[in-house]
Amino acid sequence: MKWTKRVVKHVIEGLFTLSGGVTSLAILLIVVFLFKEGTGLFSSPVLERGYTLCVNAANPVECLDARQIKQLFDGEITEWQEVGGKEGEIVLFRFEEVFSLYGEEELGEEYALLPRRLEEIVAKTPGIIAFLPDEYLPAGEEIVKRLVAGNISPAQFFGGGEWQPTAGPAPRFGVLPLILGTLWVSLFAIFLALVPGLGVAVYLAELADDRTRQWLKPMIELLAGIPSVVYGFFGLVVLVPLIQRVFDLPVGESALAGSVVLAIMALPTIITIAEDAMRGAPRALREASLALGATHWQTIYRVVIPCASSGITAAAVLGIGRAVGETMAVLMVTGNAAVMPRSLFEPVRTIPATIAAELGEAPAGGTHYQALFLLGCILFAITLVINLSAEVIATRKQGKGLGV
Amino acid sequence: MNKKVKQAVAFTFFRLLGLLVVGILCWILGFIVYNGIGVINWEFLSSSPEEGMSAGGVFPAIVGTLWLIAGSIAVAFPVGVMSGIYIHEYLGNRWIVRVIRVMTNNLGGIPSIVFGLFGMALFVQAFGFGDSILAGAFTLGLLILPLIIRTTEEALKAIPDSYRAGSYALGAGKLETIFRVLLPVAMPNIITGLILSVGRVSGETAPILFTVAAYFLPKLPNGVFDQVMALPYHLYVIATSGTDIEASRPMAYGTALVLIIIVLLMNLLAAASRVYLGKKVKMD
Amino acid sequence: MIETKNVDFYYAGFHALKDISIRMESRTVTALIGPSGCGKSTFLRLFNRMNDLIDDTRVSGECLIDGEDIYHKSVAVDELRKRVGMVFQKPNPFPKSIFENVAYGLRVNDVRDKSFIACRVEASLRAAALWEEVKDKLRKSAFALSGGQQQRLCIARALAVSPSVLLMDEPASALDPISTSKIEELIADLKRDYTIVIVTHNMQQAARVSDKTGFFMMGELVEFGDTRMIFSDPLKEQTRNYVTGRFG
Repeated sequence: MKWTKRVVKHVIEGLFTLSGGVTSLAILLIVVFLFKEGTGLFSSPVLERGYTLCVNAANPVECLDARQIKQLFDGEITEWQEVGGKEGEIVLFRFEEVFSLYGEEELGEEYALLPRRLEEIVAKTPGIIAFLPDEYLPAGEEIVKRLVAGNISPAQFFGGGEWQPTAGPAPRFGVLPLILGTLWVSLFAIFLALVPGLGVAVYLAELADDRTRQWLKPMIELLAGIPSVVYGFFGLVVLVPLIQRVFDLPVGESALAGSVVLAIMALPTIITIAEDAMRGAPRALREASLALGATHWQTIYRVVIPCASSGITAAAVLGIGRAVGETMAVLMVTGNAAVMPRSLFEPVRTIPATIAAELGEAPAGGTHYQALFLLGCILFAITLVINLSAEVIATRKQGKGLGV
Repeated sequence: MNKKVKQAVAFTFFRLLGLLVVGILCWILGFIVYNGIGVINWEFLSSSPEEGMSAGGVFPAIVGTLWLIAGSIAVAFPVGVMSGIYIHEYLGNRWIVRVIRVMTNNLGGIPSIVFGLFGMALFVQAFGFGDSILAGAFTLGLLILPLIIRTTEEALKAIPDSYRAGSYALGAGKLETIFRVLLPVAMPNIITGLILSVGRVSGETAPILFTVAAYFLPKLPNGVFDQVMALPYHLYVIATSGTDIEASRPMAYGTALVLIIIVLLMNLLAAASRVYLGKKVKMD
Repeated sequence: MIETKNVDFYYAGFHALKDISIRMESRTVTALIGPSGCGKSTFLRLFNRMNDLIDDTRVSGECLIDGEDIYHKSVAVDELRKRVGMVFQKPNPFPKSIFENVAYGLRVNDVRDKSFIACRVEASLRAAALWEEVKDKLRKSAFALSGGQQQRLCIARALAVSPSVLLMDEPASALDPISTSKIEELIADLKRDYTIVIVTHNMQQAARVSDKTGFFMMGELVEFGDTRMIFSDPLKEQTRNYVTGRFG
C-alpha cells in the first residue's frame, strides 16, 4: 500500500523534527520552571508564611523590615526608639509562650479562647511585639495592631550577607555568602589546576610519544569518569584529615579541601581542551620556528602556546564552569558554613551544595523552596554565561591579540 | 641560562606534571581499591544493608542503579539519536543548526544539581510522578541527551557522502538511506556514546537526590512509580550521615569500589566497542 | 659548499632517496626539479634536518656543509638551522608584528641587544627588498601584508639570523606572477651572499634563476649539471623528456 508508506514516512520525519528541537525545549522548560518557582520568592512575605507580627495599638511603629525583625528577635535591638517608636523596652513574645501563661481550661475547647487570651496579653504589655499564627490572631484592630513586614525584595536577596533560611520569625535569604563561596572555591581550584593541566597538555601534545599517549589519554578519561561522589568520599576520608593535620586546623572541612578536590576534577577538562588547541597550531608555523634555529621549547612557548591561546583560555573558563556547578564533592568536603569566605582554611558553602543540602527539608512551595530555586536560577545563569563565553573565546579568530 | 638547559628544565617539569596526574589517579584508585577490595564479596553484592548500614550489602542500590540506567537510556537514546539524525541529515548547515548546537552544548554544560531542581519541579511535582524511578529516569535522560545527540551527529558526520549518493542513486529515499545505510554504519560510534552515558548515569548523584533516591528501602521496586536506592546516593549517605559513620566506613569503601568498577568497565567497553564494532563495519 | 655522498633516506619502509651524491658550490643557485613525489623536497629538507621532525625516518650516507657532516651526533640541530635558513612553499609568517617576525630568529638565539636587533631587522628587510614597503608599519600585523610581501617577509626572517645557506621549497608556487618575478629578482640578488638551493616545479623558473640544476625522479638524482646544459642538451633521455614536456 503506497499511502500507508507515505503516512509512516511523515510520522517518522515528524518525530525527527520534534526530537531536533528537544534540547531547545528542555532549556526553555528549565528556564521557565526555575524562574517560575524562583521569582515567587519576591512576592512572598518576609515573615514565615501564616504568621503575623503584632504590637500594642498604642505603638506608633507601622512596619519593620527583615533585618530589623531579625535583630529584634536576636535581642540586638531592645528599645522601640531604635526602630522609630516611642521610648520603651521591647518585649518579645513568641506564640508558644501563651501555653505557659494560661492553663488548658483558660484556652477553651479546641483553643477557641486563644485569640482572646492573646489580645489580653498584648493589651497588658505596651512594649510587646508578638509573633502569632494567623489562625489565632485577635480579631479587633483597636487593641492589637498588625505590623506590615512587606515582601522579600531582590535587594535583600542579592545584596544580603546572611543565609539563614530557617531562622524565625523572619528567615534570611542573602545569597552573597553563597555566591562568593562558590566563586572563591572554584577560582582557587582553577588556580591550582591550571599549571598542571596546561603542563600535561603540553606534554601530551608535544612531547609524549604515541605509546605513552595511548595509555595516558585513557587514564585522563578515566579521571573524568569517576563519579563526583567518589571524589567527595576520597576528599572526606583522605584530604580533609590531611589538610587538618598539615595546617593544624580545628576542622579539615574547608574551602581549601573543596578547591583541591575541584582542581583534580577540573584537570581532565583543562587537559583535553588545551591539548586539542595546541595540536591545532599550524604545522607551517612550527616548522618556520624550528627552521630559524629555535629549540622545541622555544617553539612551544613562542609559537604554539600563543596560537593556542584562545583554546587555552576556553579550557580555563570551561574548567571554572565545571567547578562552579559541581555539587556532591563540594558538599562533602567544604564544611558548608554559610558565612562570607574569609580564608581558605575556613568552611564555606557553595550554591550547588546549598541546594543539595536544603531542598530535601524545604517544604514545596514555601519561601525556602522558592529561594533554593532562585539559587538554581543564579547557578544556571552563571554557567550559561561561562559556557557561552567559552564558546565565543574558542571560536575567536586565532592569532588575534597576540604579543606584538 | 642556555636555551638548551631551559628546554631541559621545562621538559622535565612537564614530564613530572604528567607523572603527577597519573600519580593522583593512582592514589585515588589505589586508595579505594585497597580499602574496598576486602569488602566486596558475593554477600556484599547480593544482600541488603543491615544494622544501620554498617553491615550487609548494597544489593538494593545496585538494582536501583540498574533501573535508573535502563530508564534513562530508554528515555534519552531514541530521542537523542533521532535528534542527531534530524540535525545532521535534515537541517544540513543552516543557521538554525548553529542555534540548536549552542542549545545542546549549553544543556550539556548545565550543572547536574540544576537538573535535579528542574526534575523535581517538572516531573515530581507538575507531572505528579512523585519521587519515582520515572521522575529520576527522565531527569537523568535529559542529562545525557546532549552526549547522545553529539555522538550521533559525529558518527553521521564521519560517513562519507558517497554512501548517501550511492544509496540515492539506487532509488532509495531519504528514510531508507538513513535506516539501511547510515544508521548501521554509524551504530558503533553511537553505541560508544551510549556506553559512556551509562557510566555517567550510574555515577550521578545530584539529579536523583530529589527525584528518586531513597535513603533506605528494605524492598526492591515493583514498578516505575516506586522509589529506589542508588549506588552514588548510597555512598553519599553512608559516608556522611549514617547512624554510625565510623562503623559503616567499610561499606562506603565497598560501594565506592563498586562505582569505580562500573566506570572502569564502561570505559573499557567503550574502547572495545570502538575497536571491535569499528572493525566489523570496515570489513563489511 | 654543500655536498652529499651516497645519501639514502627512508620513510618507515619507503626508500625515498636513493644513493644521492651531489656537490653545490658556495654562492650559486641550484635548482632541484622533477615530478611530484620524486624526492626533491625531501632532499632539500635534509640540509636543515627538518626531516628529523617526522617519526620513523632514517638517513645513511654523508651530508656535508662546508665540510662538516651535519648528521654527526656532535652537531646541535638548532645551531645548524641557524646557519641554514629555509623559506617554505606557502608564506607562513607568525601571528605577530612585521618587526617581531624578523626579530624572532634573533630572540630565540638569546640576542637581547635592542639596537642590534633593530639594525638586523632593517638590514634583513632591505636584503629582502621589503624595507621601503613596510618601514612605516613595522608594528602592524604580518597578516596585513599581501601574499608576495609575506613571502619576502619570510625570506627576511630567514636572513636575519645570518645563515650561509638558504633553502627554498617552491617559494613562489602560491604567488601571483608579479610577486613571483619579484622573488626571482631577489634570488638573483641574494646569490652574491648566500648559497641557495631552490626546489621548483616550474621549469622556466629553474632556467631563469639557477646556475646548476638537478633532475630528480623516483628518488634518484637522474642528472645534475649546468642549468643551460640541462635545459638545452641534457645527457639523459629521461631528462630531455621531462624538460621538453614529453614526460609521461
